[in-house]
Amino acid sequence: MEEANFVFNMIGENWIAFAIISLLPMIFLLAYALIAILGELKISAFIQERLGPMRTGPWGIIQPVAEVVKLLQKEDITPDSANKPLFNLAPFIMFAASYAGFAVIPFSSYFVPSGINLGLFFLLAVGSLGIIGLLMGGWASNNKYSLLGGLRAVAQIVSYEIPAAMVILTIAVMAGSLDLQEIIRQQSGWFWNWFVFGGSGGWIKIIFLPFSFIMCIIYIIASLAETNRTPFDIPEGESELVAGYHTEYSGMKFAMFFFAEYANMFIVSAIITIIFFGGWNSPFGDFMGGPIWGVFWFVSKAFVFVFLQIWLRWTLPRLRVDQLMYVSWKVLLPFSFVCFLALSLLVMLK
Amino acid sequence: MSEKKYIDIEFSQLDSERMRLFMGPQHPSTHGVLQLEVELDGEIVTDLIPHIGYLHRCFEKHAENMTYPQIIPYIDRLDYISSMNNELPYVMGLEKMLDIQVSEKVEYIRVIFSELNRIANHQIAIATFGLDSGAFTPFLYYFRDREMILTIFEKASGGRLLYNYFWVGGLAADVHPTFKEDITEAIRIIRDTNAEILNLLLKNKIFIDRTANVGILPADIAISYGVTGPILRASGIPLDLRKAEPYSIYERFDFDIPVGNGEVGTVGDCWDRNIVRFREMEESCKIIEQALKTFPSQGDVRENVPKRIRLPKGEIYCKAENPKGELGFYIISDGKDKPERVKVRAPSFVNLSALPEMSRGYMFADLVMILGSVDIVLGEVDR
Amino acid sequence: MKDYFKNVWLGVWTALIGMRITIDHLFRKNVTVQYPNVHPKDKAGWMDMPSNARNRLYVDMDECNGCNSCARACPVNCISIETVRSVPGDAPPPLASGGKRNLWVSQFEIDFTKCCFCSLCTEACPTGAIVMTTEFEYSSYNRYDLVYNFVKLQNSMSDEKIAEVKEKWAEHQKEKKKEAVEPK
Repeated sequence: MEEANFVFNMIGENWIAFAIISLLPMIFLLAYALIAILGELKISAFIQERLGPMRTGPWGIIQPVAEVVKLLQKEDITPDSANKPLFNLAPFIMFAASYAGFAVIPFSSYFVPSGINLGLFFLLAVGSLGIIGLLMGGWASNNKYSLLGGLRAVAQIVSYEIPAAMVILTIAVMAGSLDLQEIIRQQSGWFWNWFVFGGSGGWIKIIFLPFSFIMCIIYIIASLAETNRTPFDIPEGESELVAGYHTEYSGMKFAMFFFAEYANMFIVSAIITIIFFGGWNSPFGDFMGGPIWGVFWFVSKAFVFVFLQIWLRWTLPRLRVDQLMYVSWKVLLPFSFVCFLALSLLVMLK
Repeated sequence: MSEKKYIDIEFSQLDSERMRLFMGPQHPSTHGVLQLEVELDGEIVTDLIPHIGYLHRCFEKHAENMTYPQIIPYIDRLDYISSMNNELPYVMGLEKMLDIQVSEKVEYIRVIFSELNRIANHQIAIATFGLDSGAFTPFLYYFRDREMILTIFEKASGGRLLYNYFWVGGLAADVHPTFKEDITEAIRIIRDTNAEILNLLLKNKIFIDRTANVGILPADIAISYGVTGPILRASGIPLDLRKAEPYSIYERFDFDIPVGNGEVGTVGDCWDRNIVRFREMEESCKIIEQALKTFPSQGDVRENVPKRIRLPKGEIYCKAENPKGELGFYIISDGKDKPERVKVRAPSFVNLSALPEMSRGYMFADLVMILGSVDIVLGEVDR
Repeated sequence: MKDYFKNVWLGVWTALIGMRITIDHLFRKNVTVQYPNVHPKDKAGWMDMPSNARNRLYVDMDECNGCNSCARACPVNCISIETVRSVPGDAPPPLASGGKRNLWVSQFEIDFTKCCFCSLCTEACPTGAIVMTTEFEYSSYNRYDLVYNFVKLQNSMSDEKIAEVKEKWAEHQKEKKKEAVEPK
């Protein structure tokens, strides 16, 4: 097995290497957030036959920078009756939780910040840490809308973890590993080796192709719910709860929530890419293969799913709380059980 | 029996505290400055009190101090998204009292513009309802089309939103030369968009889940509250003043009254109210098309406009089918050039009074949908 | 059970239909009018502003005879006119269209913070002096700047002239009073 990290190869295992490795995802994240915010603005505008921001820079491409600067300048208000320590801590927990997820994301075969062999499990565990931030923010704001939003968020994310965990369990069974690099390596070759098409193997997998495909859809739906995006943006559903758990937040703390949401969007897109769409593998065999192109493939595949999330957001209305639970417990969970059984059978037959 | 009572006491002790939530007047989905005092048991709405009056502009008192033509700009501002429809019953009432017969062309233009404005109003109603349900995109598609209708109005009257166009005895100005082509084109685009919205929003499973069986208003309760307009028709009662008591020249046109029939849920739920509005737009298109076919292009629209309006002593109630319901003006004249009293029967106000009846027992998220489906304009509720 | 699968299928299928519609719109032509760059008065397609659009009022002081009908027609009382009667033999110049005038219009103020653009004043005007224009970009930092005095703006009467005609009229009144008193 080759060395998983080119930084260690280049400058050896010292503290500078560790600093670079932990900062690289942050740099990527900042650049990604700017692109994603602009993408959200522009895609929503084009879908709605508008032009979107046009004044800041040519075609408004500096708009996200302007928004970040605006948020930095804004007054940071802490409500009088809020629980101040919790109120101030919540956005940081939220952001830390989503940033922690980046620790195991393999951007390329030669770069993963931390190549632990429990990567999939780590993502699942850390992904649910953000709930604490949500609940803290909602509770500490001392606002009825925030409280309702926070409670809804917790109920929603906790229940959607289960179908998501079922999907991840299936992948673990199919790949026989929880190491993300290993999972990706198993999907190398042409795109029909991806787990969304049943993974590598003989013709027998064609029978099970619908199951793995449904599994992928289940994970996409569950991931939408985990990132609080439409149609599952109930915790911050603006028509009911004004802005949900972050109603009382302003300035930089609001920006942290915002940033965390976009970071989460990327993380779930990355997970979908890794477990179903072959991670950094080129879809066409050895065409444009290798570690450098790997980054390109990984990021572009993840961006497709970010685009999918934005696209869905500007298409669908929002579900109600009880319907959200219905979808989770009565639709996604049974379907994921059935698919789990079927795909386990496939593994046995292979 | 005694045992049951005992259990009841136990449960009443378990009963949790109700939360009082003041929703509005700065809430994003109260459609203006409406405050709802909501009593919540968890997420269930147990009671609801609408507090109105944030936009009170003393229309009725103002009207007592103004001459009859001066009141028309104020009437535009009652329900500011269907101003043409608002002016119609008022000028019809005055014409009846003054015994003025308006020309054929004026009647045609009035009907065409009222129906166009009805389409514009229903577009906003469905669009903002979509916005309440979280779908942002249909909102902008409908606003794009509405701009087209407003441009037609602007070309004819000079105003985009507040027209002051229907005058006693005629119209403020003649329509523009390309009037017919503009409207034909507009109707084509409106139909295209409607076909899209039907698939994008109204037939969407999530949307149906949100609206079907929510906010049911049975017909008998609707009648006892005096609810009119699409809400009453959604409850299954085909009452439309254009058919029931035809005014202007509506009896010449062939159109249906869409009623709610509980296709996806129960009769009188939120989905029915929206689909009734949606189908009314198509009926309005039909009326406009028929009217354009027989439209008399010759004639002076201002030949019967009186120089000064001095009403004979007496009183009149004149009503018309507004997009939101029955809009009536009760005008008392004491023989001067100013009315002694003008009373407005505002459909939004009356329809809003049935809101607590509709929303009790539903969830808080449903309340937003129910309020959106009532389609109120606070300018008219508060007057 | 059948209903359950039907509902699940409908949920996915209608979402896909909606996605097809929105992706279709993603590549359509945008309708936004870039307002200050594309002015509605020039060329903006559907949004083209017609020439009869009702925006800021304009008063041609050469045409105004100070009859006050516009002020009376106004529902919001945004027009205030002050006139001075002319003494015999010193009549103001006739209207541009030829009619006679016997009032000096010393002040013609329109308060555009109040104006409701209903166009009732233009209908009431007997000489067509007051008209609605298509000009709508006249916002200001100070609301007192929105009170337009058309006498000052068009310089139809200088301050000295106003003072002069006022004095003349006052003298005329005095003389009249004297005449009325003297025969006793």
